[in-house]
Amino acid sequence: MDYATLLQVLDSTVRLATPLLLACLAGLFSERAGIVDIGLEGKMLAAAFFSAAIAAVTGSVWLGLLAGIAASMVMSGIHGLASITFRGNQLISGVAINFLASGITVLIAQDWFSQGGRTPSLMGGGRFESITLPFAEALRGVPVIGPLYYELISGHSILVYVAFLMVPLTWWILFRTRFGLRLRAVGEAPEAVDTAGVSVVGLRFAAIAICGLLTGLAGAYLATGLQAGFVREMTAGRGYIALAALIFAKWRPWYALYACLLFGLLQAVALRYQNIDLGGFIIPVQFMDALPYILTVVILAGFVGKAIPPRAGGEPYVKER
Amino acid sequence: MNDTPAIELKGISKAFGPVQANKDISIRVMPGTIHGIIGENGAGKSTLMSILYGFYKADAGEIWVNGQKKDITDSQAAISAGIGMVFQHFKLVQNFTVLENVILGAEDGPMLRPSLARARGVLKQLAEEYELAVDPDELVENLSVGHQQRVEILKALYRQADILILDEPTGVLTPAEADHLFRILDHLRAEGKTVILITHKLREIMEITDTVSVMRRGEMTATVKTAETSPEQLAELMVGRKVLLRVDKTKAAPGQVLLDVQNLRHVDDAGVERLKGVSLQLRAGEVLGIAGVAGNGQSELLEVLGGYADATGTVTLKGAPLPLSGAGADGSARRAAGIGHVPEDRQEEGLIMPYTAWENTVFGYHRDPRYQSGPLMNNALIKEEAQDKMTRYDVRPPNPNLAARNFSGGNQQKIVLAREIERDPDVLLIGQPTRGVDIGAIEFIHQEIIRLRDKGKAILLVSVELDEIFSLSDRIAVMFDGQIMGERMPEETDQTELGLLMAGVTEKPEGRVIDAVDASLQEKEAREAEQHD
Repeated sequence: MDYATLLQVLDSTVRLATPLLLACLAGLFSERAGIVDIGLEGKMLAAAFFSAAIAAVTGSVWLGLLAGIAASMVMSGIHGLASITFRGNQLISGVAINFLASGITVLIAQDWFSQGGRTPSLMGGGRFESITLPFAEALRGVPVIGPLYYELISGHSILVYVAFLMVPLTWWILFRTRFGLRLRAVGEAPEAVDTAGVSVVGLRFAAIAICGLLTGLAGAYLATGLQAGFVREMTAGRGYIALAALIFAKWRPWYALYACLLFGLLQAVALRYQNIDLGGFIIPVQFMDALPYILTVVILAGFVGKAIPPRAGGEPYVKER
Repeated sequence: MNDTPAIELKGISKAFGPVQANKDISIRVMPGTIHGIIGENGAGKSTLMSILYGFYKADAGEIWVNGQKKDITDSQAAISAGIGMVFQHFKLVQNFTVLENVILGAEDGPMLRPSLARARGVLKQLAEEYELAVDPDELVENLSVGHQQRVEILKALYRQADILILDEPTGVLTPAEADHLFRILDHLRAEGKTVILITHKLREIMEITDTVSVMRRGEMTATVKTAETSPEQLAELMVGRKVLLRVDKTKAAPGQVLLDVQNLRHVDDAGVERLKGVSLQLRAGEVLGIAGVAGNGQSELLEVLGGYADATGTVTLKGAPLPLSGAGADGSARRAAGIGHVPEDRQEEGLIMPYTAWENTVFGYHRDPRYQSGPLMNNALIKEEAQDKMTRYDVRPPNPNLAARNFSGGNQQKIVLAREIERDPDVLLIGQPTRGVDIGAIEFIHQEIIRLRDKGKAILLVSVELDEIFSLSDRIAVMFDGQIMGERMPEETDQTELGLLMAGVTEKPEGRVIDAVDASLQEKEAREAEQHD
């Protein structure tokens, strides 16, 4: 494998890791506050559809992005209403959101566009264009560093940079601000937060609002950045992989970055090398495509070690003496 | 002398459904005093304090703080009125540092750094002023229970509380830690703070409070100056009749060794060794009391002897070895061999709460051929016997058809005792016989235990209540960190010596007692954390 190919695989890794990373950080905010969110998948899917649909109708990707975020936050609101306000089971509420998103996106897509549950292909201003960073062209000729900068670091859409900047930002919010302290506390010991005179419900809603915002970005990136339009079930389990990455990362932002890059790399390799010929024995494409999912199971089963989730995760808070 | 009360409650009432938890309660607490509130379980003490801290809303009544009427609707309102609360179950974030726990909810601004820096300074000052030293950078989960409680007090003081409420604060402390807590409370009183101490222990009320209010069945029955009352009078006010606080008993006449335990070891599911070579002998006609702070292996000792947990070592009953793992190491085999067991947690292990009293009187012995009628159970006989047992053990109401959960704690315990004692075991294991039991029922249960001893049975008593250990035991063994630290005769020792053993301190310390206790407890925590990883 030469240097150019390596850069291409890594470039593709970055693109494929972006939605995972956004979803993973979304889950991180939610779960750190004690709300287990298995509905990441559904929220991403809803965001993907609404961003693509609005972008297709208006021709503006920015309006599409806003619509995607709005859709995802509405889903978050439903999850919050069910699991925080009415203290329902968070898993069931999350699964319900996944079903809802899976059905409603295709239904509306068919009703609006009549293209078999997809949106029209996005063109021009309907997509996020890649950004060429300063000096990328000028430095292109410099050996080693030039192509690295041009291929790998420059030339992504804005949402990719947002996703990667979210990592230090998330770390800073969690560990350096008052909001972060309270957020982590409410996922560990809501009764401590409550007796300290801070609203458990308020904090948890804030957390899932952030979660909705980030899954909105993730979904919009899928449909308007990574691809050009919405197709049914286009999230293809990324929400679940993001959850797996979150556990793998032990609910920490920097580890989440590494975990998502690993899963992104697996997907990139599967895309790039469809049939690997090992001297007479051909590894079939289906196996390569399944690899990220298989590795999810293997990693979670064996390599995580002791991952201690937030102690109050999944438990609705009931005030008692 | 300022005669505006720090806290005044006027006519507080609160009902939960049909249960009237607080009935028209009025109380005045003067500033700079320690005010005790005593009452049996379910008397409404904790409900009253939860209303004061804004956890519940009273149906009627007013709260006045320092002469001003306050509307305390939530914890935030209570905090800003200068009220701090130390709950029985601490409200701490386990994997936060002490400093983070202290500032949580009382930060100075949106950034953490300045808040943490300021809190560090304040904590240092409070530590010196009130003997409240805790390492500010240690994680709470690595602290001993006593230190966690200090963090709770620091939290309240950091929020500038003038009125501190402590709910059953000594239940989880070693006697030395409890003494230290009382010194802290003394300091607080000297600084003009007001302390409300909720407890069911008469000794603590007599030791530290200035005034005491007694609650019974949701009502305030009396408020008296502590100096002008006596434990006997308080007990009578709590129960509503005269109570015998001492246990009447003659000197024990121990016979042959019935149960011989040698080098017992047990490792729990998390891989932590809970029993580290326990050896003891139990003779006929004596009560051996196991003293210790909860969580030092007493529960595991009962479980192993009762047949619910595997162990290594040897246990012989009347000379015959008992299997400690595999076949024959289970509860019914132990019962058949003559070991009765009154478990520590009667609601989880002693009874099946939704089942009727008569069903509960035969569990563990239901395979007895006497109770069989062909392939079916002879329920008529069981019910008849249950009725008889309940009458003789003074279970109220004596109705065998009621579900176990409908009885009060004391009466539930009497059902368990009736079941185990009536089978006439040679050895009876008893864990926490009077936890959550009213004073009146305690009297009865203690008498039953002594009666059984006088019949020549051997009794292994595990209790975290040192008073109970002293009044029942003929011999006392102290457990700490899975080991027996020593055996003492009750007439040759005192609470101080046992308290030190309970904290793992075997030699009389130089310097302050609490420092030796702290050091020993920290060492134990560290060892456990290490084993766990």
